[in-house]
Amino acid sequence: MSELRYLLFLGCAIPYRVLSYEISARKVAEKLGIELVEMPDYNCCGLPLDPASHDVMLTLAARNLCIAEQKGLNIMTLCPGCAGTLRKVNKMLKEDKHERERVNEYLKEAGLEFKGTIEVKHLMQVLAEDVGLQKIKETVKKPLTNLSVAEHNGCHVVRPQKHIGFDDPENPKILKSLIEVTGAKCLDYKDETECCGAPVIGVNDKIPLSLARDKLSHMKAVNAQAVITICPFCHMMFDTNQTRIERMFNETYGMPVLHYPQLLGLAMGFSPEELALKELRVDSSKVLNLL
Amino acid sequence: MNEKKEIETKATLKITDIDMRFKNEVKKIPGGERIMMCFQCGTCTADCPIARFSDSYRPRQILRMAQLGLKDRVLSSDQLWLCAACYTCVDHCPQDVEISSVIRALRNIAVREGYMPSVFKELAGAILETGLAYKIPELRLKRRQEAGLPPLPKANIESVLKLFNRTGFSKLVGKGGNSDVRT
Repeated sequence: MSELRYLLFLGCAIPYRVLSYEISARKVAEKLGIELVEMPDYNCCGLPLDPASHDVMLTLAARNLCIAEQKGLNIMTLCPGCAGTLRKVNKMLKEDKHERERVNEYLKEAGLEFKGTIEVKHLMQVLAEDVGLQKIKETVKKPLTNLSVAEHNGCHVVRPQKHIGFDDPENPKILKSLIEVTGAKCLDYKDETECCGAPVIGVNDKIPLSLARDKLSHMKAVNAQAVITICPFCHMMFDTNQTRIERMFNETYGMPVLHYPQLLGLAMGFSPEELALKELRVDSSKVLNLL
Repeated sequence: MNEKKEIETKATLKITDIDMRFKNEVKKIPGGERIMMCFQCGTCTADCPIARFSDSYRPRQILRMAQLGLKDRVLSSDQLWLCAACYTCVDHCPQDVEISSVIRALRNIAVREGYMPSVFKELAGAILETGLAYKIPELRLKRRQEAGLPPLPKANIESVLKLFNRTGFSKLVGKGGNSDVRT
């Protein structure tokens, strides 16, 4: 049995709109010897309903954790929102007896009980902590040395620091080092750690689009040739909404937005087709021509 | 409303507008416990990416109104729904007030009182139907198949419904969902 074995928690946004992330993540995972087991019977992680009811969020998250406990496997997610929620709830229910008993009362209704026997990690954590940079480096066949990119970290992979405990949210380095392993250069830019704005787009679009535009303009200012994301929502903000931003502000970016596994996959020697680069809204041929 | 009257209305707090027990209501919700520790330094607002692009969203102000007990004003405010939950304020607060969690606690109370942006009703509806927050279109399921991806697992909806009922959420969704917040 492979040591790198996880239940894959796909969440909602990826199967809904960002298949290119899933397709590329599965490709690189296989190459790295990560075994992904399909997670049966999972539901939304709960995060989208936290504003409406904290208890329903806790219960939805805990239901997923119970399913993973029954399978006896740790969870890996591709979405930082799912990872952050499941990690936070898992930690809290393990440490806080009162909350655990309260949530278990709810879960009893569905014949479930939270026991606290598994861990949850985001893809980036699995890559950095369990696979390791050295092993990733060994899989790089075509270093992307002509490429200079900007990273966008995704808040929920690192914040709140006291609940997540991964990387330094004020000066995140891990995604940068994962990018540099591919041979690409990772540029610093202004307000790098700032949120993309995606979570409020359901109630207001002007603010998040202004926020994403601000970040795009800072990336452009340092001559980034692409943006690298690790979150389906950040990706939608920069890729899917880029033409909206261009229209709204009468500006041109044409900035390709790649999922990190697409970048790594290119360095591993996978073809653009295998990594579903065609599914990106912003044309990525500018990047491919540089390789 | 003329300008002078508007300023007066904003500046004058009537004792009858204040609900002294409101802060205790907030403290009871997980994440809201430390609301009274906020000493109004403004770090949350200064570091908030949303506040930078909004003329009206100020987390410090929301916290102050809640501390004072201006319950109706806080709960009916459109600004309450603008927090992106990026947690920058949580990481930066010198008083360890989980600002975005306090705001989430306020949202939870707002929903109980009947203020809920319609987007949450849509999300809840989709979860009850499919287990996921969005209904995945047939076209996307077909695309999964074409791309050689495994079929999407199906959640046991009965089990999810039981949890919605047991947490009292089903009743909440029935009650709210009429206020379509656009700010």
